[in-house]
This record gives sequence, C-alpha cells and structure tokens, in this order.
Amino acid sequence: MIDLIKQYWQPFLWGSPDHISGLAMTLWLTVVSCVMGFALALPLSVGRAAGPLWMRWPIWLFTFVFRGTPLYIQLLIVYSAIYGLDFVRNTPGLGAFFKDALNCTILAFTVNTCAYTTELLTGAVKATPRGEVEAARSLGLAGSNLYLRIILPSALRRALPAYSNEVILMLHATSLAFTATVPDILKVARDAYADYYLPFPAFGIAAILYACLSLTFISLFRKAEQKWLRHLPTT
Amino acid sequence: MKNRLLWVLPLLLFLCLLSSAKDWKTVRFGVDASYAPFESKAPSGELVGFDIDLGNALCAKMGAKAVWVENDFDGMIPALQARKIDGILSSLAVTEKRKRQIDFTNPLFDTPTRMVAKTGSNLLPTAESLKGKSVGVEQGTVQETYAKMYWEPKGVNIVSYQNQDEVYADLRSGRLDSALQDEIQAQQGFLKSPQGQGFAFAGPEVVDDEILGKGSAIGLRKSDQDLRTALNKALQEIHQDGTYQALEKKYFDFDVAPK
Repeated sequence: MIDLIKQYWQPFLWGSPDHISGLAMTLWLTVVSCVMGFALALPLSVGRAAGPLWMRWPIWLFTFVFRGTPLYIQLLIVYSAIYGLDFVRNTPGLGAFFKDALNCTILAFTVNTCAYTTELLTGAVKATPRGEVEAARSLGLAGSNLYLRIILPSALRRALPAYSNEVILMLHATSLAFTATVPDILKVARDAYADYYLPFPAFGIAAILYACLSLTFISLFRKAEQKWLRHLPTT
Repeated sequence: MKNRLLWVLPLLLFLCLLSSAKDWKTVRFGVDASYAPFESKAPSGELVGFDIDLGNALCAKMGAKAVWVENDFDGMIPALQARKIDGILSSLAVTEKRKRQIDFTNPLFDTPTRMVAKTGSNLLPTAESLKGKSVGVEQGTVQETYAKMYWEPKGVNIVSYQNQDEVYADLRSGRLDSALQDEIQAQQGFLKSPQGQGFAFAGPEVVDDEILGKGSAIGLRKSDQDLRTALNKALQEIHQDGTYQALEKKYFDFDVAPK
C-alpha cells in the first residue's frame, strides 16, 4: 500500500511535464469540454427556444442524437470510426486533428455536454416569465438587446443549479477517456492495480481524487449561486 | 481432567502439522482460457492448449490429478492466495514484481517479445530507430513496462491500450507506427489473420531478463515448497523423456523451450 502510493502518487496527480496524466488530465478534459460545450450551447439554446423553424429542427435533432446515444459509443465513433475513413486520413488538417487521441476525446465530450447544456438552457429561456419580457418590451428593448440584457441573464441564473449537475456528471464521464488511450485518473488506477494486485488502494485512491474534484466544483458552484441567486430564498 | 487436556493439545497440534504437509493427490490449476494457442476452449467446451497439456503431463508424472479452475487473469494471484487454486498455469510471465507475492517453478516456456510494423518500414526495436514514432502496448503487460522504461525517456511516444485488439486496430488505422507484444500472440492473433496483411515483424526479438522476464512458469504460494519441488522434478522428467518436445511440436513450428 505504501509502495503503491510512493510509486504512483505522481502519475495519479499530474504525471510528468511531457506526459500529463491522472488528476491533471481529468481536470483538463472536464474544464475544456465544459467551457467549449457551454459556449456553443448558448447560441444553440436561443436558436432552439426562439429561432425560426428551420433553425429549431436541426438543433432539436442534434440534441436528440447526442442525448439519445451513450457517450461511450460517441467516443468510439469519434476515435476509431472517423479516423478509419480514408478521406479523413488523407485530408491534411482533418487527418492530423483526428490522429491525436486527446483531440478526439475532447471533441466527443464537448459535443455531448453541448447537447445536454443546450436542452437545459432552452428550458431556462422558455421559462422566462412573460411579465419580465413584456416589461422589457414596454421599455423599448427588442431583438438582441432583449436577449442580452433581460432574458439570458435571468435564464442563466435559473439554469445554474442544474448546470452544476451537468458539470459533475461530465467530470465522472471523463473516466471513459482511456478508451481512447487518454491517461486519466482511472487509467493510472488500473496501472497501479495491475502492478500490485491491490484493488482497494488502487481504485480507492481514484475514487478519493474524483470525490475531491467533485467537491471543488460543488463548492465553486455554491459560491456562484450565492452571488447570482441572492434574490432567491435560501434553502 | 486438566492433565488430560494438556496432553490432547500437543497431539492436536501434531495432527495439524501432519495434515498440512499435504500429499499432492490433486493439484488445482487456475487458467484463463482466452489465450490461444496456450490455453483456450474447444467448441465442445473442453480446455485445450499447450499449458493444459503441460499441466496434465506434469501431474501424470507426479502421480497426481490436475483439476482446472477457470479464472480471470486479473484475479489469479488473489485466488491463489485465497487457496481457491494451488497453482497458476496460464502463460504467467516470471517477473520480479510478481516474485514479491508468489513463487514460481522453473520456466515452462519462453516466448520472446517482438515488434510489429508495416512491411518494409525498416523500424528497429531501439530508442534511436523509434524516436518520434508512436508505439502501442497493452496496459499491464511486461512490454508496456519495458517500453515506458527504456524508450519513452528517449523521445518515443508510448501509447497504452486497454487490450491488444485495440493496439492492432490503431496500428492498422495508422495512428501507431508499431506495436510491441508477445511474438507468438502477434503471429497467431494478428499476422496470420487477414487483418495482419501488410504487416510484419520489425527487427529481432527484444531480449531483457529483468523486465520482460525469463519465460513463463507456474505460479505457486510461497508456503508450498513441496509442490514446487515436485513440479520442478516432473518438469525435468518430461524434458528428458521427450514428452515436452512432442507437445511443443503439436503447437509450434519453432522452439519455445526456455534457454
């Protein structure tokens, strides 16, 4: 047990400068895919809630496909199937992008969390009280101004607690990353297990690291909620 | 009454000792039947393979009966220590790490490690030749340890996979430049199959006693020295009377006997 920790604490936490692994890799995957997924989901959700029909349908289809299939399969398709296509391999930019396992993993995770976040934000946009919109209109706000100043700020506040859940779920979903050879926390845990045949320490350490990350995210979101949801009765 | 009890206790202790010096009438071998041609299952459900035949031959020489217990490779050492089995006979490579937990008989066979790459790639299994290239290995294998220790620090990109099939898949897709694994596994599992078209062994066998091990042996509990002695003696006998060589010919067209 002590030997295992002595040998594997560094891979578990950050690996080495050339080969990032463990906690650092898991954190990187979570943060990058959540930030990019959120940035994409913001316009998509407005389009889905208030855009014209030709815009709403494709976005609905996108969220349906990526919420309706397991992330594991999406990852396998992005990592194995797409790179297996000849034209992808032979197009210089595409080939280089899909050859890299980390790119494939982040792409799959981003698209997946984007689909969930789009649905979540769409719900929040649609739930904007009519009175709020009418009040804004009566003050002369319209179009993008109405969205940027009234609807989105209030929708994002409403979506915050649900979005914190999505981030935690995404953090846990990153444990699939080793399917595409990305060395996350679980990969190091498997290494340690195969090396020492001690399942409890190996997977226990991984569980503790995930729990620490979850706790950090939860407390960050709690801070954010305290700031932006101050007007709501505390529970 | 008290006196009599005092007599009984040492007697019981003696009996316990007697029974623990077990006379090996049956030996339970743990096997993971997923690694042809060493151990696999025939369509009838029967266990077949080089390891199976060797185990049966060894037990026959010892006048014992071999009982085969199927177990996942992962859980083999814990099962041995929990006394669910008496020996691991499942292509178990002898390594220093494993020696800390269990004991080994003398090696049964020695299958070398060898690299596979595209035919005509001219790659060699050295850090200089592989610099900047990607090499795939299966997680938890001795080949992974070897590549990470000797090649990775010198600028070779070592990629670990969950299983060997994924290594071959990425070798075929072009993500990997080469793959490092057991030579026989590579030949039977990849090069001889249609998927292995256009690929070949690259360079000579990789030799390294310390990490790649000195062949495969039967894993035993450290406390069962009598069984170890008996198995080693039987192993020597089947080498001498030609049983080993006959079995070897049945499965391989080259020499797998330990050097």
